[in-house]
Amino acid sequence: MGIVFFKLTLIVYLIASAGYLLFIIKKNKKVGYWSHRIVLFGFALNSIYLVLCYYQLGAVPALNFKASLSFFSWAIIAAYIIFQIKFRIMVLGSFVVPFAAFLMIISSTIPISTITVRPIFKSFWLLLHVTTSFLGNGIFVIAFIAGVMYLIQEHQIKSKRLGAFYNRLPSLNSLDSLNYNAINYGFLLLTIGMITGSIVAQGAHGSYWRWDPKEVWSLITWLCYAALLHQRMAIGWRGRRSALMSIGCFFILIFTFIGVNFLMEGYHSFESLKGNQLP
Amino acid sequence: MIKIVNIGMNHETAPVELRELVTFGSQDIDHVMNAISGIKDIKESIVLSTCNRVEILFTTDNEKDVREAVIEFLSHFSEIKREKLVPTLYIYNDQEAIRHIFRVGASLDSLIVGEPQILGQLKDAYRIAVDHKSSSVILNRLMHRTFSLAKKIRTETGIAGFPVSISFAAVELGKKIFGDLQGKKVLLIGAGEMAELAATYLLNNRIDKILVTNRTFSRAMELADQFHGKAISFDEIDDQLLHVDIVITSTASPEPIISSNQVRKTMRVRKNSPLFFIDIAVPRNVEPRVNEIENVFVYDIDDLKGIVDSNIGKRKGEAVKAERMVDEEVIKFSQWLKTLDVVPTIVALKDKCEKICQIELRKTLFSLGNLSPEQRKGVENLTISITKKILNDPIVFLKRKGERSSRNLYLDVARKLFNLDPDNEDVDTKNYK
Repeated sequence: MGIVFFKLTLIVYLIASAGYLLFIIKKNKKVGYWSHRIVLFGFALNSIYLVLCYYQLGAVPALNFKASLSFFSWAIIAAYIIFQIKFRIMVLGSFVVPFAAFLMIISSTIPISTITVRPIFKSFWLLLHVTTSFLGNGIFVIAFIAGVMYLIQEHQIKSKRLGAFYNRLPSLNSLDSLNYNAINYGFLLLTIGMITGSIVAQGAHGSYWRWDPKEVWSLITWLCYAALLHQRMAIGWRGRRSALMSIGCFFILIFTFIGVNFLMEGYHSFESLKGNQLP
Repeated sequence: MIKIVNIGMNHETAPVELRELVTFGSQDIDHVMNAISGIKDIKESIVLSTCNRVEILFTTDNEKDVREAVIEFLSHFSEIKREKLVPTLYIYNDQEAIRHIFRVGASLDSLIVGEPQILGQLKDAYRIAVDHKSSSVILNRLMHRTFSLAKKIRTETGIAGFPVSISFAAVELGKKIFGDLQGKKVLLIGAGEMAELAATYLLNNRIDKILVTNRTFSRAMELADQFHGKAISFDEIDDQLLHVDIVITSTASPEPIISSNQVRKTMRVRKNSPLFFIDIAVPRNVEPRVNEIENVFVYDIDDLKGIVDSNIGKRKGEAVKAERMVDEEVIKFSQWLKTLDVVPTIVALKDKCEKICQIELRKTLFSLGNLSPEQRKGVENLTISITKKILNDPIVFLKRKGERSSRNLYLDVARKLFNLDPDNEDVDTKNYK
């Protein structure tokens, strides 16, 4: 049953991506408006899929790489929809939605594997830990994309060659404040995610902090974003520098999200999540 | 057969010295209108005169004589010899005239493609013609079509989308940097036509405040009054750089007024809040290196000219789309024009009634059930003779009007009354104001 919704979500996200790409090329507002509605529909399907998975599994559906990716694309679209309400930068969808659809495609190519759900996975704190961390990551994707859009637009204006993007991208000011807001809220959720994570760890392993690679890298990511926020608020960084740093932080985040789980041993790695070995 | 003719000259066919003599202002317009519409055999006429063009649009069924009379009038009015005048004129007939007036209205024939004034000027010219009762069925419709086509082209193509004046391009850049210009502060250093124009555009975008400074303080006061701003002295520039968002420089100073070091220091205090310099002065008032500072953007006159040039190119690309829309509209209008004849109208009228008869007949016969062939024939004859009787008087009337000058009017009314051109209905119901 769940797989039907997964496939439907993927198809709807692909249609929405095509719509958004058409929108950025043709600058036709109607196309953008309809793409947005399609995304909302896809998001509903995606949510239904995750809820079904949750009931089937009895635990948060992010225990392997396949599930994590689809959960991540849900988080990205959720972040996009929320930020769209406040900022109304329709062209943002032309970057975000294809990105989320791309993650869904990768997720769909990974074969389904059975997951042994150990009792500790059925904790409320784990659900909270995973949801807040993923939503935080989703919002950081928005910050990253806003940073990239800022750099493109700034380059156009500084170099005085107003190319095809000049008319399509919003003003520097709105991109900068989008970037700033996203980092703020992303940071908040990341912090909550880490605190709830340590509560889960306390319940499962008896200690709040065990220098697990994922924990260490999360801390590094957290420190990077904290440094960026500090520079912004105290020193008055903005614009280009802030955009560059948010892009840098994002690459560290992606390493923490994916790299650590594959390259390093630890109880977050997908291998150990399968339950073959005790952490 | 009635013809639509357009005689005119524009910025391409005539130099300005000549155009000056032919164009006429509002004080002459009554005289010109009366003279043109008074020419023998002119049925309808509209006269447009702007600084870039003169267009005389009329309908007649005696094209040759009327054309000569119009040229004669223009030559007489402008005091230019006929031989000198004729080569600068263009004369378009029928489809070409329709196309020309569509292109003029849509600003495709303008010096700056897409400039918006021409449509307003054409609307004024039409209003005057209506006041003089010199425009009637054909030109009324032609004008309505021109206006709605121009509007459609403006919204569906980008011919008016890219700024093609220096000041306007600068303001658009400001919007791409700051988003909304509302509440922004502007500092005007030095005065000049372009700087003032840019300041006016900025004020239209609801900026918060304009500060003005000039080497001569009295001139600064004058300008500050004009823009409801505040005059400051030249020494205060440094201080004000901390608070303003947009700086427009246009002084005749041989040395830069704004230095890179100065701005760098300012930015630290401003906490990197963006600063936009529009430097219209030659030689430049702002050191070029200022553009290298983060969150500072400097555009000098050459940069702005570059943007304007590339935008003109973009508009020309969009104009290709617009030309296609004009072509379509010319075909539609020509088709309508052909219906303005007695025979097609009568045929269309008969067809329409016959169609109604047949539909109603089928329904009635079906509901009556089994009738004998005689009874059927009887019902059919009844419907036919009723419609014939009803149509008899209108047809006789239209045929009699066939030769008269008011023919077009009655044909048009008849077509509207019986809704013979359902596709074209929208044009006439939207009344032009």
